[in-house]
Amino acid sequence: MSGSGTNRKRVVVTGIGVVSPLAVGAELTWKRLIESRSGIGPITHFDASGLPAQIAGEVPEGPTAEGGLTLSDWVPVKEQKKMDRFIHLGLAAGIQAVEDSGWKPETEEDRCATGVLMGSGIGGLKTIYDNSVAVSTGKARRLSPFFIPSSLINLTAGHLSIRYGFKGPNHAVVTACASGTHAIGDASRLIQHGDAKVMIAGGAEAAICELGIAGFCSARALSTGFNDNPTAASRPWDKERDGFVMGEGAGVLVLEEYEHAKRRGAKIYGEIGGYGLSGDAYHITAPAENHEGAYRAMQAALKDARVTPDAIGYVNAHGTSTMADDLELGAVERLFGEAVAKTSMSSTKSAIGHLLGAAGAVEAIFCLQAMRDGILPPTLNLDNPASESVIDRIPHKAKEKQVDVALSNSFGFGGTNASLILKKFKD
Amino acid sequence: MSNEIADKVKKIVVEHLGVEEDQVKPDASFIDDLGADSLDTVELVMAFEEAFSVEIPEDAAEKIATVNDAIEYITKQKAA
Repeated sequence: MSGSGTNRKRVVVTGIGVVSPLAVGAELTWKRLIESRSGIGPITHFDASGLPAQIAGEVPEGPTAEGGLTLSDWVPVKEQKKMDRFIHLGLAAGIQAVEDSGWKPETEEDRCATGVLMGSGIGGLKTIYDNSVAVSTGKARRLSPFFIPSSLINLTAGHLSIRYGFKGPNHAVVTACASGTHAIGDASRLIQHGDAKVMIAGGAEAAICELGIAGFCSARALSTGFNDNPTAASRPWDKERDGFVMGEGAGVLVLEEYEHAKRRGAKIYGEIGGYGLSGDAYHITAPAENHEGAYRAMQAALKDARVTPDAIGYVNAHGTSTMADDLELGAVERLFGEAVAKTSMSSTKSAIGHLLGAAGAVEAIFCLQAMRDGILPPTLNLDNPASESVIDRIPHKAKEKQVDVALSNSFGFGGTNASLILKKFKD
Repeated sequence: MSNEIADKVKKIVVEHLGVEEDQVKPDASFIDDLGADSLDTVELVMAFEEAFSVEIPEDAAEKIATVNDAIEYITKQKAA
């Protein structure tokens, strides 16, 4: 919201944290993203040689200072076994975001005004798998007492709240690949409604395990034709695309009521301008005809933000490198009308793969960084678009463009759609 | 035998609770002195069962509060 003519509370972003296949760290991920680097490679988390899909976007191991994951820098060794990897990654991103925001509630009132809302599409899949194997081999009475709390999706929010003493709303979203976007949108609404002054919101996912890859392979959702050339596998809108590439990671934003942020002199990355949601009521995995559900989610977000399509300088597409890419493109074209020629749209999944329930959170952060720096991230591997369009899809290389308003889309299995409008902050 | 058991118990406690070896004194309480919570103690008892091939029933497990309690219980079970 621009603030004028409305009493609705404004929600700004005062902290960001990212764990991605490009790097651990929001700024290093961003730097590598706009350098057209890819985080996709052969799967190392398990032996994938027997599966049709053998590549993924894994978070790189290594020293924290070099953008690698050194888990003990984020989670004490003793605590690590009490959490699935998706919680590890969510904590690493959450800690970055909270520290970045500088928000340290010191009174009980402030603690109670600070909440956490973290989404995940799948949760502790590997932990569930490992414990299922234990049960099937007669070890039902030997399961770790941490199995259940390690697997539950809302435990990322739980752990973040315990670590920092955030006693406000504690919540989790589970809407498959739309979880991250829903988490940010819902958390913004909690602030607007007065349930909290500050919300730590985002998504975390770590489903690159045998069960996860095999399951998505069976659903015919993953790319299988680029096992020998992993960085070319995620190619949204391209003729040769053949499925999405699974990624893992987390994105977390500190959302804050504007007056609260202003009073404490917080650095402001941007503003949550609007949020729109819809359901397809169509099919469990396929999008509705013409992606009309996506159309309505975007339309609702624009209405909520009180902006028209000609204001949108950048669209971070859901763009998973599947057949649905062109349906999303069509929905954007219909919604934008003539304004479509002025906007730019890319899919950053081309570089990091599909982070499922973390995707929307990481991509919202990219939108904020793009507006801050006046640089739009590219769509890698877009050599030959399957559908022609006047929309600039930023093939191969980042481009300079000043943008004041961006749109980010996320759509999930079950026919769930969410769109966010992010705005450059203006007083 | 008893020393062997004591060493092994201490090693398991160090591994599972992430504490230093010299903190694991005989009268150290898992919860009060070594930072364990109730789920940690459940896991610890499971680790003892596994390592020593003994069954520790729940009512017995509840009485194992210190390092020494664990050593004594296991020693008794192994001697029986």
